[in-house]
Amino acid sequence: MRHLLSAADLPREAATALLDTAEALKRSLLGREVRKLPTLRGRTVVTLFYEQSTRTRASFEIAGKWMSADVVNISAGDSSVGKGESLRDTAFTLAAMGADCVVIRHPASGAAHRLADWVPTHVINAGDGSHQHPTQALLDAATLRDRLGTLNGRTVTIVGDVLHSRVARSNIDLLITLGARVRLVAPPTLLPCGVENWGLREPRGWPVTVGHDLDAALSGTDAVMMLRVQAERMRGQFFPSAREYSINYGLTEARLALLPEHAVVLHPGPMLRGMEIAHSVADSPRAAITEQVRNGVHVRMAVLYHLLAAQEEQA
Amino acid sequence: MSSPSGTGAVGEAGPPRQRELLSAADVTRIVARMAHQIIERTAPEPVVLVGIPTRGVPLAHRLADRIREFGGSSPRLGTLDITLYRDDLRRRPTRALQTTELPADGLDDVLVVLVDDVLYSGRTVAAALDALREYGRPRAVQLAVLVDRGHRELPLRADYVGKNLPTSRDEEVGVLLVETDGTDAVVIRRSQR
Repeated sequence: MRHLLSAADLPREAATALLDTAEALKRSLLGREVRKLPTLRGRTVVTLFYEQSTRTRASFEIAGKWMSADVVNISAGDSSVGKGESLRDTAFTLAAMGADCVVIRHPASGAAHRLADWVPTHVINAGDGSHQHPTQALLDAATLRDRLGTLNGRTVTIVGDVLHSRVARSNIDLLITLGARVRLVAPPTLLPCGVENWGLREPRGWPVTVGHDLDAALSGTDAVMMLRVQAERMRGQFFPSAREYSINYGLTEARLALLPEHAVVLHPGPMLRGMEIAHSVADSPRAAITEQVRNGVHVRMAVLYHLLAAQEEQA
Repeated sequence: MSSPSGTGAVGEAGPPRQRELLSAADVTRIVARMAHQIIERTAPEPVVLVGIPTRGVPLAHRLADRIREFGGSSPRLGTLDITLYRDDLRRRPTRALQTTELPADGLDDVLVVLVDDVLYSGRTVAAALDALREYGRPRAVQLAVLVDRGHRELPLRADYVGKNLPTSRDEEVGVLLVETDGTDAVVIRRSQR
């Protein structure tokens, strides 16, 4: 594996190998006094973020540092990007300094793919516009595997702003690859055209079901994944009011009761409490939101390990 | 953990060009002798037997069973995957990780006996010593191997050796165990390279 650009690029074996590595890393770091592995000594990882981020950037940085890589963080706000430097020039500058891997987040869909064509380094997509965020899908899958044992044959309901969500796209790809069924629940205005066929991208895939009634979708669901309403990407009025959205599509305590006993609640963060998820639901033991963040570090360590630790593949 | 050409699955294709050096009965007897030696050198101090995957793990379990049977103390067991500490990661395709599980109360001030199937270059053991250091500070670390085939590349030696097998570098020594391979034996074969 040279780059990680899209969850759709991961065949089942590769995805499972990454999740197994993440789990082994988690177990081997458990209860250790020194949380440091020598595996990536001498490798340089640059995180290049053109959008705000707390958990993804910090998570990649911690993952790199725990494996002894040198991690350099660049955010567009306080770099030469502010002076008008192009993505291409910035990337070449970083490659010339000896970066082995660039972790990029960018508001434009496809930015990571463009970058991978230009620079000789490994590229990890940490979110490009409303397109893909593969490590998020991997950490969600890791969390669901922890809680449910397997994803094969499970049903995952994704709720909210699917239209603008790279988390939804990556998760649909990976969940279908791993054998899960996907239900989407959203206001009609926040569903992209042709979304029901997304699951067919995988040769052995099946269509995702699409609905607008959250209460009806919750029974028989093994996990519910709440999406943040991405106000920053919305150009126009997609729903009448936050209050109405919350009433129709918010995960309240009453809706939590409709879920089966074993069902898990996920949210990629940052959460808008009171909007898409109620305070008490976010803090309930059914929610695995803190576990998602914890697994994020191990999943990103696994990705760095698979990309950077082994012999370079012969082109 | 198999050393570069120390162990591995028997070649699938063609007739096996291999010779059996130790039979199942030999392996059983050698493990029993090693257990006696460990008791002699360590009793009454309790030991922690730490197996290096893949085949060091079942060997550690067998040694623990024998030590208990022969009246030694009841050894605690652990598993230490050294993949992330290897010095040849960049020369091979991605290696899958195995489990690491060590006693919950740590390794501080205890006597650790590392257990592996074949001692060859010594690089696996060197990596294991690096890995162990992250988990605590043992009082001492000893090494037990079923087979020592020579050709050390580092200044290391084993404390307990089941069998010394002088080999040539273009041969491979394969340790087969019931737990991993369905049968007990030590075989030697020409390298496929």
